[in-house]
Amino acid sequence: MQMRTIEISVGAFVLAGALALVFLAVKVSGVDLTASRDTYTVQARFNDVAGLRERAKVSLAGVTIGRVARIEADMNYGEAIAVLELNGQPGNLPLDTGARIVTEGLLGARYVSLSLGIEEDYLTEGDMITDTQGALVLESLIGDFVTKMGAN
Amino acid sequence: MIEYLRYLGAEALDFLGNLGRASLMWGRALSGLPQWNDIGLLMRQIYNIGVLSLVIIILSAFSIGAVIALQFHTQLAKFGAEDAVGVGLAMVLLRELGPVVTALLFAGRAGSAITAEIGLMKSTEQLSSMEMMGVDPLRRIVAPRLWAGMLCLPLLTAIFNVVAIYGGVVVAVEWLGADPSSYWIGMQDVVELWEDLGKGMVKSVFFAVLVTWIAVYQGYDTVPTAEGIGMSTTRTVVLSSVMVLATDFLLTLSMYGDFG
Amino acid sequence: MVDEKSSDNLIEIRGLYLKRGRRVVFDGLDMSIPRGKITALMGPSGTGKTTLLKVIGGQVAPDAGEVIVNGLDVCRASRAELFELRKNIGMLFQSSALFTDMSVAENVAFPLREHTDLPDDSIRDLVLMKLNAVGLRGARDLMPNELSGGMARRVALARAIALDPLLLMYDEPFTGQDPIAMGVVQSLIKRLNHAFAATSLVVSHDIHETITIAEQIYIIADGKVIGHGPPDHLRSHDSSLIRQFVHGTPDGPVPFHYPADELNFDLLGEVSK
Repeated sequence: MQMRTIEISVGAFVLAGALALVFLAVKVSGVDLTASRDTYTVQARFNDVAGLRERAKVSLAGVTIGRVARIEADMNYGEAIAVLELNGQPGNLPLDTGARIVTEGLLGARYVSLSLGIEEDYLTEGDMITDTQGALVLESLIGDFVTKMGAN
Repeated sequence: MIEYLRYLGAEALDFLGNLGRASLMWGRALSGLPQWNDIGLLMRQIYNIGVLSLVIIILSAFSIGAVIALQFHTQLAKFGAEDAVGVGLAMVLLRELGPVVTALLFAGRAGSAITAEIGLMKSTEQLSSMEMMGVDPLRRIVAPRLWAGMLCLPLLTAIFNVVAIYGGVVVAVEWLGADPSSYWIGMQDVVELWEDLGKGMVKSVFFAVLVTWIAVYQGYDTVPTAEGIGMSTTRTVVLSSVMVLATDFLLTLSMYGDFG
Repeated sequence: MVDEKSSDNLIEIRGLYLKRGRRVVFDGLDMSIPRGKITALMGPSGTGKTTLLKVIGGQVAPDAGEVIVNGLDVCRASRAELFELRKNIGMLFQSSALFTDMSVAENVAFPLREHTDLPDDSIRDLVLMKLNAVGLRGARDLMPNELSGGMARRVALARAIALDPLLLMYDEPFTGQDPIAMGVVQSLIKRLNHAFAATSLVVSHDIHETITIAEQIYIIADGKVIGHGPPDHLRSHDSSLIRQFVHGTPDGPVPFHYPADELNFDLLGEVSK
């Protein structure tokens, strides 16, 4: 085997491997090389976040506009605080924006859905969303239903 | 009983001795490298170890990707969740199947070849004569193979993953008619750069070190007869496969280890 | 050190003791090999002659004794010192040990490329000269698997002399060669030793070929030197063992039979027990 052939094929092989890695990063794990990395964070206080995970998406009218960065428990009030990382600059979500935890499809992952409010001031870095609706927990729904039926 | 204890002791000592010699070989071979005039040697080994393994890697990757997509599709279709085929396939591949299957194929294709080649060099006194010429066979023969192996397996793993994902596309999208954009976007939404791709590649690096080390050591330590080389080659494949699977479990446990 | 380097003996072996498993290979072996001469090392098969060459090259470490080669005690030398010494040693292996993935010319060029910084065309010239010395200049582009056994050995010889070594060691250079090739190797050893003013050490049990070229012969058996001297001296030696070996009679002090019970006992073994 000629050394030249070997060198060429080795070069092609290493290149192919490197390209494969880039492909996996961009096309499969969806790293966006062009998007600006501008984000700001707001908090949302829920009575229950069961099933919501870190890195779940935050959407507005079905469009993904951010991710759940962290989920913490507030020991004082027995509630959960989700830290939401939103894309872009502050200045388009009103202060009384609402947040709901919903499920994608029947068995899909949980995510946070925002709905716009009517205030004229906007949410900025670190603000708290208070108009929230936590996760629906099937067991407690059934429990409520059974109690109501019993009361009737 | 005493005999059995004695046997156990001898085996343990033998194992420790092997481990010691293998580590010594490892240390000596990799110290003092790389030098520029060894690039040609490295090239040749990357060719032997990496380029020549491409065919088997690509063929296996394609069929594995296709089969998994088929299985996922038939199961997920029951819940109307065909769109999740891409996600499922990508997760399974990046985290587990890619690194593990590539390492197993690599052990069978390249590992056995390394062992047989070095073993044959030993039995025809090529290693010995090199040493008598004042050239260290650890540097000249062993080191390029170790480096090449450690470089090639991660690259092969990346290629394996890409081809397998395309195998999935062919089955799920082209054949079963899943929506191509949800196939890709589902993947991009869920798959994480470090958590899935990164950790999978870390596994692959571990496997690369393991398999090449075993292959080179088995060749270098072979009994220089036809039978001895045969046994060493078999041992390379068996030992690497078992070690890869065992290490995979430990790595998964330590990297994704929040299992409660 | 300086004195030893300039002494008349290139190799000094004193009280060499080596055990392999339970078998004692060398049991207090003493030997000195003079510079510039062809010394032959003879003895029955399995007496560790090849092992002795490896001890001299520092590949096998003895359990006791000292081996001094060109002023360096190889048993206590560091790895780096050993590799430095080996540049001055050319060894011809019994199996030729050519590198199977290189052409003939590349094989001969190998030590030059590894140990010198010569430009490519000087290496080419040197390789052609060495190949010419063994009569295989025309075979330079062949691969080792295209060579006959005799040719392979001559290529290995050209490779061994590539760096103009001080010491040339030949391990069974005559075994498995047809009579013509044997003659060729024989005259080559003699010519090369003369041409390079090197010291040659020939391990062999081909008594007739060896005796005609050796200037000094050591005979070892049972891990010891049992006789040494110039060939003529050994032919008329007092020891019957040496006479048996030099004249090649099948039975004598070295028995034809591997130690065993009497034949009739063995045959009737079942009955007698």
